[in-house]
Order: sequence, then structure tokens, then C-alpha cells
Amino acid sequence: MEKTISIHLKIWRQRGPKAKGAFETYHLDHVSTDSSFLEMLDMLNEQLVGSGKEPVVFDHDCREGICGMCSLYINGHPHGPDEDITTCQLHMRKFKDGETITIEPWRSHGFPIIRDLMVDRTAFDKIIQAGGYVSINTGGIPDANAIPISKVKADEAMDAASCIGCGACVAACKNGSAMLFVSAKVSQLALLPQGQVEAARRAKSMVAKMDELGFGNCTNTGACEAECPKNISITNIARLNREFLAAKFQD
Amino acid sequence: MGLFIFNSSIGRKLIMSISGLALILFLLFHSIMNIFVIFSPEIYDAICKFLGANWYALIATMGLAFLFVVHIVYAFWLSLQNYIARGKERYAVKKNAPGVDWASQNMLVLGAIVLGFIALHLFNFWYKMQLQELLAKLNGEVLHVEGAALVQELFASPVYCLLYIVWLVALWFHLTHGFWSALHSLGGSNTVWLPRIKVISNIFSTVIVLLFMAIPVYYLIINLLG
Amino acid sequence: MATTETKKIDAKIPQGALAEKWNNYKAHQKLVNPANKRRLDVIVVGTGLAGASAAASLGELGFNVLNFCIQDSPRRAHSIAAQGGINAAKNYQNDGDSVYRLFYDTIKGGDYRAREANVYRLAEVSNSIIDQCVAQGVPFAREYGGLLDNRSFGGAQVSRTFYAKGQTGQQLLLGAYSALSRQVNKGSVKLYTRYEMLDVVLIDGKARGIIARNLVTGKIERFAAHAVVVATGGYGNAFFLSTNAMGSNGSVAVQIYKKGAYFANPCFAQIHPTCIPVHGENQSKLTLMSESLRNDGRIWVPKKKEDAEAIRTGKLKPTQIAEDDRDYYLERRYPAFGNLVPRDVASRAAKERCDAGFGVGSTGLAVYLDFSDAIQRLGRSTVEARYGNLFQMYEKIVDDNPYETPMMIYPAIHYTMGGVWVDYELQTSIPGLYCLGEANFSDHGANRLGASALMQGLADGYFVLPYTIQNYLADEIRTPRFSTDLPEFTEAEKAVSDRIDRLMKIQGKQTVDSLHKKLGLIMWDFVGMGRNKAGLEKALTEIKKIKKEFWSDVFIPGQGDDLNTELEKALRVADFLEIGELMARDALVREESCGGHFREEHQTGEGEALRHDEDFSFVSCWQYAGEDKEPTLLKEELNYEFTKVQQRNYK
Repeated sequence: MEKTISIHLKIWRQRGPKAKGAFETYHLDHVSTDSSFLEMLDMLNEQLVGSGKEPVVFDHDCREGICGMCSLYINGHPHGPDEDITTCQLHMRKFKDGETITIEPWRSHGFPIIRDLMVDRTAFDKIIQAGGYVSINTGGIPDANAIPISKVKADEAMDAASCIGCGACVAACKNGSAMLFVSAKVSQLALLPQGQVEAARRAKSMVAKMDELGFGNCTNTGACEAECPKNISITNIARLNREFLAAKFQD
Repeated sequence: MGLFIFNSSIGRKLIMSISGLALILFLLFHSIMNIFVIFSPEIYDAICKFLGANWYALIATMGLAFLFVVHIVYAFWLSLQNYIARGKERYAVKKNAPGVDWASQNMLVLGAIVLGFIALHLFNFWYKMQLQELLAKLNGEVLHVEGAALVQELFASPVYCLLYIVWLVALWFHLTHGFWSALHSLGGSNTVWLPRIKVISNIFSTVIVLLFMAIPVYYLIINLLG
Repeated sequence: MATTETKKIDAKIPQGALAEKWNNYKAHQKLVNPANKRRLDVIVVGTGLAGASAAASLGELGFNVLNFCIQDSPRRAHSIAAQGGINAAKNYQNDGDSVYRLFYDTIKGGDYRAREANVYRLAEVSNSIIDQCVAQGVPFAREYGGLLDNRSFGGAQVSRTFYAKGQTGQQLLLGAYSALSRQVNKGSVKLYTRYEMLDVVLIDGKARGIIARNLVTGKIERFAAHAVVVATGGYGNAFFLSTNAMGSNGSVAVQIYKKGAYFANPCFAQIHPTCIPVHGENQSKLTLMSESLRNDGRIWVPKKKEDAEAIRTGKLKPTQIAEDDRDYYLERRYPAFGNLVPRDVASRAAKERCDAGFGVGSTGLAVYLDFSDAIQRLGRSTVEARYGNLFQMYEKIVDDNPYETPMMIYPAIHYTMGGVWVDYELQTSIPGLYCLGEANFSDHGANRLGASALMQGLADGYFVLPYTIQNYLADEIRTPRFSTDLPEFTEAEKAVSDRIDRLMKIQGKQTVDSLHKKLGLIMWDFVGMGRNKAGLEKALTEIKKIKKEFWSDVFIPGQGDDLNTELEKALRVADFLEIGELMARDALVREESCGGHFREEHQTGEGEALRHDEDFSFVSCWQYAGEDKEPTLLKEELNYEFTKVQQRNYK
């Protein structure tokens, strides 16, 4: 029943953020097509460690497409050639026997490489820390049903909120822009009455932080949306622009 | 408030959008005026006269030049920033995702092509028309260059016709992305309107470019039939 | 056999009627005034629902918080993967829910092995959690009228589960993460991401700091504080294959157990009935399909063995089995709850059918979860709206369309009810050391109901710990900040470095993962869904063997003081070996079946779990006795004052 393939891998190896990196090639046999892409990398690492070498370092955790930890730029696409999924949900049946697979880290000024395929995405945390929240303390909250919210708005907020913060948008963008990520959070909160109170402040401070961290300017290419594993829409970017400009003109 | 058009990414995009939209508006007027050269060279010349060495035309020209300069300076500025933001290392393998327009990835290149042709265009026409009229005026003379004749003269050469057609194709690509993108950057888009403004953008760009293109195509055919 | 002591364990449960206990506690506890809070440092390890909500709430109160996680961002904690929902006793549906009913369902669902007072408090604060999350901007599902929607979950007869598509855990975690981020911005919380706690530091018997390894540089660092809170999740990855994240581990629990904290009910592990079956030996984890699928999906296997056989060899397709030849075994055995029986019951029933030779899939270790009825009844679009993302996930993994052929599912290790023992205040047996969320043992007894883990994590972090920790810290206001140069820190750091050196020096032949897989197989075969005396004894000897192999033949490449993912895994596997042993030991002692713990010797004539309340109505608390010594078993007696203890019945 089980089908297996042989593959060639071209993987970026780099010791540290300042070190010079280069591609190394590997060969793997008997890769089950039912395996996930990361299970294939596990196999490679077992092979490397088995022969006394250091494994390829890559970020991964939940392996069910929700934690946003896995990254990898596979054959020219963030999260690989399949649509609407993260690398951990990519399966080897998407590749052909004998194929050469090129694996690179996210490449962006905002995401420096830590080692091999592992990059530093703390910039995203810093952007959220700048204002990606509703400023309320624990406790003393009115009943959850006190403010009715239209289902349409709530659903739209949910769609924006499903962002997993993986950074594929930045990796895909030729401008290294983080607008899709920022706009998803701003949109989620701007759509809900709870978030509207400080909407102007939020949009301004999150955009300022994004700019400060060296992300690029959005030119609406739409590559982020096309590569987003969670299908976050670029209409969120338009909403962020609206929120931001309105806030600035109010000043 | 004012500083954000320099130091914030969305502010800079605001300037790109507004200057871009204003230039599109200019293109619309320009293309409508142009078309008269085919139907009625007399009206065309009258328009040329109206937009010659007059104070209002001069102000408009300067305003226009300012818009171009802003649009171009910001374009290079943004592109440089974006280049840096992309990081030092480039991807070895890069494929475009489905649904990403070619034009959107190549706006600077398209813009540069358009700019190059604008220089040629200014030399072909503006240099020979409004500038000469102005210089004449400074010397206390009155000069009215007959635009229609100039057009006919230039497009008598099929090479020029073809050059202009190539230019307009580049312009079309630039506009198809630029128009909706400007609206998007201004926040005028949502799930319902995004597909709509893309369609409007395509129609609008096509109409403008067809109006422009009608002239070199017209002369090309006339001359070929000759 | 383990030595058993009869030392009385005091859970510090407040006096009074059940419904008054928490209020009484809050009314009489000690508090810390705002000026003093600034002078008190608290370390919180973990940034899941419990850790992030605790760190954020403590920061809001004014404490100085240091918050650690092993991932690159607090938002990656595995709470994010919870799909189905969160319970609360809001009774918005007017279907007869109440705090008492939520309490009762949880106690009963836990098979009468949880503390009444804790569970009641949990049910009490459940409503505040929903209010809190809505105010944070969590986009819960809503009705067209604008009010919150609910769905039903296993083990309950009311609809009390709030949800955000199939991503409730994600949305709740992002809510807690945003509250945490706000405190980071304010400076009251300092984040240490990609740091792994490797030991707790005790000074005069109180927890005063931790030793942690910077996972990027590999350097060992010291951190001091007035109190330490650990919220590091469960230890299900002892089984290698589980629904946990790859990084989920039980190491912190083992570290503090070795420093004197009791480890409670280690054998209570939950096996989730609806996971995607194992496909091959290179599999790294199991993917859960939300329990909510059981709302509309019907579980069955073929009635005839020959049909099952034909399906396994690929000669028959499930859609070719006639309705009459299908055995909807949950509906048959449990007509009242049907497909919505609690998780332990559903899992065991699946195992029973597969063991009896009716399993499907190429391995015979799978049952069907069929949506054809629901699609006929509700239409494909409704089913898609409810479960679309889950169906898509299934299709991506299995390459099979669940709208057309039934899904295949099989139970997998999912959650550990056991964990670090804590008292009513969530304090471990070490003063100043607190434990929250899945890492502690407190509220779920022997089996956790669906949508209760999120509730417990957030209850602990938002509404319990911020109160109870003050009762301890109020006596610490005169304690100045500690220097990390104290001998206790030096000693703890040295122990950690020595352990790493020892591992790095082995330079054996086996990879960490291969040893972990060996442990996992033993765990699944003998300490899994069905356990018996002989098997557990075998497991104990086998685990000891693997442990020996590990410490003499493991190979870790690279350096100890550098980024080293193999070393990270090795340190965790070393602790899983301890946990595995403890689980088997605890399962051996508990000679009854209850909740997730099923001893084959103890079942009713119909194959249901058979409890022995006279002998086993206690929490087993394991006390570490030293390397290679058998731990001591202490017992916390469970007294049911407010509920009548019954045999669970879902028929």
C-alpha cells in the first residue's frame, strides 16, 4: 500500500546571523508519500545524527498547522507548493520521485537567521506589544452578552484573527512588508466594539513599530494573501490604511 | 500630523496614491484632448493654443511637473527601502504565487520605462510647443505652434508610432495595478469592493491607453495604406 | 511494591458550604498592598493559557513578572491547538445549566477522583472567563441576533461550550497573549523566549528562582524571584506519538518532583477518541480531530468480520457496506449519550471493537466517523460551515475526501489529568512554588471532559492564582530581592551543567528519537488504554532497560553550550523516562478502573470501568526518594461531602 520516493534536497545551512551560509545537498531514499514534509526532515536529521553530524535546525512545534512556528521556503514558496497550509501539513505526496527540493529560510531584514532554517521573528511580538490588544485588566468586566455584535462582523473579525503569526506574508513579499500581519490584528479589533475604543491609537502605534523594525512598504502585490496558510485577505490592509489615515487626520 | 507622509509607510503610500491618482486624472484629460487630432485638427490646435503660453496653463504645467517629481522621488525612495527590507540574501528559487499580477511586482521597472518615454515625449512635443511659445513670449513675441501638424509630422515615421505603442503598453500595465492599488492604499476597498475596483481599474486603464494609442495606430495605418 | 505512608496531606480546603468556600477564602486571605507589589518578583514558566493569563494578571496587579517559554513567541504554546471550545455555566441557552450542573458534570466526568472544592470553584469562575475573553476581543461564534452561540460536547446534556470556529484555543491564547503583550509594553512583565527551565532553586525550603538554558546560545542562566509559578503543560509526549506539540514536555514537573514536590495521579492520561490514525513508522505526531465532530458524525465499524477484513485489504470500500451491516457501537451501547459519551468511554469502545477484529484501515486500527447522515439531514453547506476547516485538514493529511468517504479515526494520547500535586491555593508541596493548568493535577479527576482544559487553564491564571499567591507573598514583603550569586544558585547551576556534560560525554550510537520511540511503544502497549498487572510490571522493567540504554548509548552531536536541538530533546527524553516509570508504577498501585485509567482486571460484566471507592478514593501523591530508589506513595483522601458518588452511567 505504502508508496515511497527518493528525493534530493538542497538545504540552506548557516551557523549564525553573521556567518556566511551556503546550500548543502542531501539524498533521501524510501520517503513515504504519506509522510509530512517535516517528518521527511526528521528522517534526514536521524540520518545525519546517525552518521555523527549535526542536524539541520528548523523551527516546528504543534505540527497541526496552528502554532505558526514552522516556516521554510520550499521550492520558491513559503510553506511549500500546496495551498492554504503550513509546512507541517505539507505532505510528500506533493513531490515527485527523484525531484530536487530546495529549502531556504524566510529571508527578510526583519527576520534575521538564527541558524540554518531557523529565523528570529520576535519583531512580530514587538508589533503586538505596541498595541495589539484591548487595554483592559482582568476582572470587573460586564456580561459577555451585554453588547450584541453582528454575526457578519464577528465572523469577519474571526477570519482576521485566524492569523498564526508565521511570517509567510513577509517571506513572500518582495518588499519585506509586514502589512498583512499588522492589518489582521488591527482589523480583528477594529471590527469589534470592544476594540474600537482605542482603535486610532492602536493603528498608529502598531504601524509606527512596524516601520521602526525595518519592514518594507506595502505595494499591494497580493503575494502575501496568495501564500498565507490561513487565507488572510488583503482587504484587511485596506482597512488598516483607513484606520491609520483616519487616525492621522484626526490629530 | 504632517510628518507622517515622510516617516510612516502608510503616509508615504498616501503620497504615492494621491500623486498617482492625480496623474491618472491628467492622463484622462490628455487622452480626451488628443483624440481630437484625428477628428478635428482645428479643435486640437485651439486646445493647444489654450494650453500654450498662458499663466493658467503654466501653473498647471508646473503643478503637473511637481506631481511627477513627487511620484518618481517617492517611488525610488520606497523601492530603496523595500530593497533593504528584503534583506541581503535573496531566494535561490522564487516562484510567483497564483493570482499575483506581473505588473504589481514590476511597478518600478514599468515606471522607469514610462519615464524614459516621457522624456522623449517632452522633447517631441512640449519642447517644441509650450516651451518655444514661452521663450517667444519672454522675447515679447507671440507664437502659436500648430500641434496637429507636429503630430502628423512625428507619426509619419512608423518607428515613432511603434515606439509610442510600446510605451503605451508599459503604461497600461503600470495603470492596471496603479489605479486599484492607489484606491486600496487610501483604504477604499473591502471584500465587496476589491474585485470591483480591480475591474474598474482594468477598464479605466484600457480606455485611457486605447484613446492614446488610437493616434499612433491611426497614423501607422494611414501611412501604411499611404 | 511502593512504600505507602499515611502522612496526612492537607489540601487547605476552606471551611463552609461548597458554594461559599471560594468567597470565604477571598474574604479572609492576605493581600499585598500596591506599593509592596512592585518590590516582589514572580517567575512564571510557560506562556500557554495558564501561564500567559497568570503572567498578565500578575503584571496588571503590579508584581514584577519574569515570563519564560521555550518557543520563539508566547503565542506558540500548545494551548493554541485546542479546537472545540470552552465550557462555562452561563446558561445562555436556557437549557437548565448552572454552576452546580457544570460542577457535577465535571466531577462525574472525572469519575469521582477530583476534589469537590476545586471543581466547584472552577465552575464558579467559568462565567467570568467568557466575559473576560469577549472584552479582550476574542471573536466567539455568534447568532444572527448578535449574542453568543453555544455547542454541545461529550459528557454533558446541555449546550455550554463557547467556540471560535474550530480554533477556540488559538483565539483564547491570543487573547491571553495580547493581555501579556500589554504588560510587556508597560514593563511589568519581562519575556524570556527560547529559554528552557532546567531546575528550580530552593532557599530555606522555599522556591526562590530557576536555572534556565538560553536555547539560542546554549548558556545556562540564573533567575531569582520571590515565588515561582510553573505552567508547563502535560507529559503526554512520554508516549512519543501524541496529539501534543513536538516540544511539549514534562521536564519541569520532573525537576520540581525531584526537589520535593509531589507528583499526583501520574497514571491518569486521557486518550482522545477522534484522532487521525497512525500511517507509518516515521510518523512524528498524531493529529486530533475535534470532539465537536461527534455532534454530527456517527461512529461505526462493520458488523461482520469478513467485511472488516475486506476493507483492510482494500477489496471493499466503506460506502459499499449496507446500513444493516454497520455496527454503530456507541449508539448501541450507550443510547442516552450515543456518540457523545465522554472521551474515555468512546476510546475504550473503539479499542474494544478493533481488538475484536472489526477495525478498519490498512492497519485495522481505525473506526469510521461518518457524516453521510448529517450531510443528508443538514445539507453539505451546513456541514461545511460547521466543520469545513477540520475536513480540509483531514483531507490534506490523509488525501481522502471526508464528504464522500467516512473519516477514519483512532484514539491517541491527548491530555494528562495527572500532574504536580497542588493544594486549594494551587501551591505545590514546596512553599512558594505554584503549578497551573495541565501541569497540575487538580480539577479533572481521572478523566477530563471536552472543552474543560481551556476553562481550567484560564481559571487558574486569571482568577485563582492572582488571589492565592498573594496569601503567600503577603508574608514576603520584607524579603529583599535575592542575589543569584547565593550558593544555592551556584549549586543548582552546577547540577544542571553536570547533567548536560554527562549527556554530551556519552557519545553512544543511538539517536534520541529512536530511544524515545522505544519508550513510546512500551507506554502505548502496556500503559495505554488497557492496563494489567503483568503488562505494567513488564513496562517497569522495560523502561528501566531503556533508561540504562539511554544513559549509556545515546548520541548527541554538537556542543552543550551552543544551540543544540538534539540536546534539548535528550534532556526532555531523560525526564520522560522518569515519568513513564512513575505512570506505570501508579497504574500498578491503582487496582481499579476509573476514567482514563482502565485496569483490565477491574471491569463490569459489560466491559465498563469498575471503580473501588472504598480502597481508592484518594489522590496518589508520589514523593521522590532519590536516584534509583522507589518513590514513596502518599495519599490525599477524597471526601465527597456534597455529591453522591455513583457508578458513571451514560446509557
